[in-house]
Amino acid sequence: MNSSDGVLADGAFNWVILGCALFVLLLLALIVWQLVSRSQLSWHAFGWKFFWGQDWDPVNDQYGALPFVYGTLVSSLLALVIAVPLAVGVGVFTTEMCPKWLRGPLSFTTELLAAIPSVIYGLWAIFVLVPILRNYVEPFLARTLGWTGLFEGAPYGIGMLAAGIILAIMIIPIISSITREVLQVVPQHQREAVLALGATRWEMIRIGVLRNARAGIVGGVILGLGRALGETMAVTMVIGNRPEIARSLFAPGYTMASVLANEFSEAAGDLYLSALIEIGLALFLVTIIVNALARFMVWSVTRGQPARARA
Amino acid sequence: MVNLRGLVPDPSRLVTPKHEINLWRRVTDHLATAFAVSTVILVLTPLVAIFGYLVYKGIGSVNWAFLTQTPKPPGEIGGGMANAIAGSVLILAIGSLLGVPLGIGAGIYLAEFGRNRFGDLVRFVSDVLNGVPSIVIGIVAYALVVLRQKHFSALAGGAALAIMMVPTITRTTEEMLLLVPNALREAAYGLGVPRWRTTMSITLRTATSGIITGVMLAFARVAGETAPLLFTAFGNQYWNWHLDQPTAALPLQIFTYAISPYDDWHRQAWAGALVLIILIVSAVAAVRFVVRRGTLGGVA
Repeated sequence: MNSSDGVLADGAFNWVILGCALFVLLLLALIVWQLVSRSQLSWHAFGWKFFWGQDWDPVNDQYGALPFVYGTLVSSLLALVIAVPLAVGVGVFTTEMCPKWLRGPLSFTTELLAAIPSVIYGLWAIFVLVPILRNYVEPFLARTLGWTGLFEGAPYGIGMLAAGIILAIMIIPIISSITREVLQVVPQHQREAVLALGATRWEMIRIGVLRNARAGIVGGVILGLGRALGETMAVTMVIGNRPEIARSLFAPGYTMASVLANEFSEAAGDLYLSALIEIGLALFLVTIIVNALARFMVWSVTRGQPARARA
Repeated sequence: MVNLRGLVPDPSRLVTPKHEINLWRRVTDHLATAFAVSTVILVLTPLVAIFGYLVYKGIGSVNWAFLTQTPKPPGEIGGGMANAIAGSVLILAIGSLLGVPLGIGAGIYLAEFGRNRFGDLVRFVSDVLNGVPSIVIGIVAYALVVLRQKHFSALAGGAALAIMMVPTITRTTEEMLLLVPNALREAAYGLGVPRWRTTMSITLRTATSGIITGVMLAFARVAGETAPLLFTAFGNQYWNWHLDQPTAALPLQIFTYAISPYDDWHRQAWAGALVLIILIVSAVAAVRFVVRRGTLGGVA
């Protein structure tokens, strides 16, 4: 080939891959533009009141998203409360305690949990988790902790508690894999230094390892939160889908993602569709902020090594 | 900075018998180990339970009718998910066709030309895209494709999945290309090979197996996605091969059947879940096998 051909082909190739890179930017711009422009109608009709109103009444064209915001926040926080100690425990065990031969298989198995599709989690939750909750766990909680008001009412099984538990199972792999990642970058001499002072293994982990990796672990937790906020199918299948705000975790609820899943394809009327898209926009903004924060925190610990965050 | 508090004993406590302090520290140490072990057991329990239940419920329900027939009307026993399996394959094919070249192209850009502000921006945006909830991607595909075509379609479903695949593929492609030693590129330039040829036949080829792994990761991730298909592909009770018509998909069918009140549909939901998992795992395994054993074997 002569050199002018090469220059021409080089130019074309550069433009093609630059086009691909630009398209990635375009995708985000498209998402923002579509969500913003198509939610205008609802924004003009309700303004900020949209997020404080409690009535979701498509028949009379009245839309208030507070029950969904509440459901999303409570189910995600509940998931964090359950998942964080477990996930951090697993992360610490795999990096600091378990025998070398077990390390690979154990991290592989926890990552397997991340590969199961959300709808299969939901399926399992409906037919296995919910009956267990209804027959054993919820009656027990009502007897022992009923006085807190968090565990009262009829134990249906389906409700906020079920949603929180299934979300916890789903976000454990993310949090534990990030925990493992940040623990691995803690320099070995930190551990040796603490051990040399006569620390037991737990003291070594607490003083030499966890204290150094704190910011990264918190980052992993927030990344898990981001995942929980946007999770749709499994939650929709077990939360009960009723737009009410109840104190008891046994009561059914509704989340932002599940109202989209249930009502979007049937939304007749421009204002109705616009209100749903506004919920989508809010969900989008919240998850972006949460994710950016999380990535920054993980990055501040693993700086220098590419963060293989698998969210 | 290592904090020594709690390690160096307070002088006043030195008078207490040594074994007493040691006992307390030993007990804490054992408690911590016990706690960590029990978290592992607690986390593995649902995993085992889900897979066990899936196989136990699924195996008995996957039969010839399930794999070859279309769904029966509500309440009737029998029928299958053949059209949903085919629909899923169709939607995933569209998604991969759109998403894979784009993702790889953007990854090449980042690895070969992306050491600047613009590259950082693309990297940041693709991380952001990675975190967008799948249901929101569904809304956007609905607004962009469904509203324009005026009906739900396989194309819209494929577009939604493609948007989800791009960021994962972009970042893994970049990572894999950066692993290729610069000496290889320089050797090619030294021989007068133009830049595009170097990238395509040297850099990209060297990183092939890694890039394919990244693509499969993205594929496995979107293959089970339900939320973005709810109002794009929408689902269909019958066979459909038209790209612009509502199309059934396995995850959608599992969802519909799982929340239905019919026992036979519950049975089929389990069967569908098992088939879905097997499809995902075998697709990933097949590609890995081809990469390792086939013509591409010598490349990596």
